[in-house]
Amino acid sequence: MVKNILKRILISIPVLIGVVLIIFIMLRVVPGDPVTTMLGEHVNQTVIDKISKEMGLDKPLYIQFFTYISHAIRGDFGTSYRMNRNVTGIILDAFPNTVRLAVCAAVVSWIVGIAAGIFAAVNKNNILDRLFMGGALLGVSMPVFMIALVLQYLFAYKLKIFPVSGYETAASMVLPSIVLGWNSAGSIARMTRSNILEVMQEDYIRTARAKGLLEFAVMKSHALKNAMLPVVTMMALQISSMLSGAVITENIFGIPGIGRLAVNAIETRDMPLLQGTVIFTTILVIFGNLIADSLYSILDPRIRKEI
Amino acid sequence: MNKDTKQTEQSFGSEIGTEESLFEKCKNIIKHNKLAFFSLIVIILIILCAIFANVVCRYNPYTQSLKDRLLAPSFAHPLGTDELGRDTLTRVIFGARVSLTIGLIPTLISMIIGTILGLIAGYFGGKIDFAIMRLADIMLAFPSLLLAMVVMYTMGGGLINIFIALSLVNWASTSRVVRSETLSLSKKEYVEAAKSMGVGNATIIFRHILPNCIPTLVVLFTLSIPSAILSESSLSFLGVGAQPPTASWGLMVVSAKKYLFTQPVLVLSPAIAIMIVVLAFNFLGDGLRDILDPYLKEQ
Repeated sequence: MVKNILKRILISIPVLIGVVLIIFIMLRVVPGDPVTTMLGEHVNQTVIDKISKEMGLDKPLYIQFFTYISHAIRGDFGTSYRMNRNVTGIILDAFPNTVRLAVCAAVVSWIVGIAAGIFAAVNKNNILDRLFMGGALLGVSMPVFMIALVLQYLFAYKLKIFPVSGYETAASMVLPSIVLGWNSAGSIARMTRSNILEVMQEDYIRTARAKGLLEFAVMKSHALKNAMLPVVTMMALQISSMLSGAVITENIFGIPGIGRLAVNAIETRDMPLLQGTVIFTTILVIFGNLIADSLYSILDPRIRKEI
Repeated sequence: MNKDTKQTEQSFGSEIGTEESLFEKCKNIIKHNKLAFFSLIVIILIILCAIFANVVCRYNPYTQSLKDRLLAPSFAHPLGTDELGRDTLTRVIFGARVSLTIGLIPTLISMIIGTILGLIAGYFGGKIDFAIMRLADIMLAFPSLLLAMVVMYTMGGGLINIFIALSLVNWASTSRVVRSETLSLSKKEYVEAAKSMGVGNATIIFRHILPNCIPTLVVLFTLSIPSAILSESSLSFLGVGAQPPTASWGLMVVSAKKYLFTQPVLVLSPAIAIMIVVLAFNFLGDGLRDILDPYLKEQ
């Protein structure tokens, strides 16, 4: 098992390098000179040349790339054009806010998603099942910003229970967490339901029932354990969509997280900052996928033995 | 393996069906997939509205009229007017053009790219396969919205650039699916037979392998449209997608956001429009999967 996990870590290294390379190339084909963009149009050419040289932008692209990679490995993502600060520092300042949001959202989506999935599976094909699954599909189909605006309108403006935006108090985290967790809750509920229904067809469930176990016990100790395996993996895989969703959620609720940074970087045309945030986020996603794979092999004894 | 046999059996079965039984079959399919059929009708209606937007609408989506700004819903303006006095209903209908084109065309382009790469990877294997699949791994590692944002940063906002961004971003999952289908299909007897007869690689790929991937691709295509529509609206919402005054649903939501508390209908109309289209395509995709893939239905 350890060998398998190590192998996966090794496989993700070339993927990581590829990610950096693709972002690097994409951002370098931007028309216009980055220094001119940074300083404005009416600057002396000698000043531009001097700054280009200082920033290493006069060197060939492949040298720039290797310099960037070697710095990035040491945790240095360059200096932001606009804030004149180290990108790593900016990202690390914003990161806790995104993590807090993502963790709260994950908790919301797990609790709601798994509970709704189990509930729907138990009431298979009756009106409650339809209701819950309809809700789940609605969750998957609603744009994140729509959920956000509807909740803001209802709970912040009409009922005045939670603040409209902000991130300092616990109450202000409630709405963003629900918004971000909503979509994942929908897919988790759908997956939980279909897995439980699939597992319920198995022979060992029939055996457990034949033994005279109560339906609750069958569900708890036989069906759920097996049905939850793929769901656990999916929860780790959802890190990717959560981070995408966080971009919008953070912008609506004014949470100064990484998604907010990325949008700011685009608005102010701050290339190193955008590069840093995207690469940092992608590393998180790759890490999440790694955890998902490893979790699966840790949790499922059948896979553990195969390796 | 099992799945493919069932698919071929099914496509074989439909060929020997007579005219009447085809009609009966359609009736049966509709009866068992009412929701999907209803979604199809909704989608067709929306497409018709979008195509004939000029005829359906009384107003021009871009004509501003400051004396009519922020009107409440009335008979003349069923969904009210926005902050520049433009009729909201008209803009929602014209927005369908943007969203549907964004949903259909970039998805089609990315499916074509993904299918070609998947076919090549699965059929030829070896180093080509390895290279294509690692590239797919890399593309799948990016959160898609962020990658699209990077493309938009490079090329600037605007609809054409969203086309390019979404086409470039979403091919990887298709290529994975097509590759695995191709892998199992290319071990089939009829492919072996074609090979032994000296049929060229291109003919085998396009005549024997691709047609068998079509059912899966149709389902995948239908289910990818909603995510493309959502991506466009999210990009536009963040200000890096379509630019004003384009009547894009995402853009309408963001410009109406200021009036959320005073005139919620302005925000809700485009948002609900997005939701209806996305839901309809999801239902249709689910239904198509049931129809085209009897194996999954049994589960």
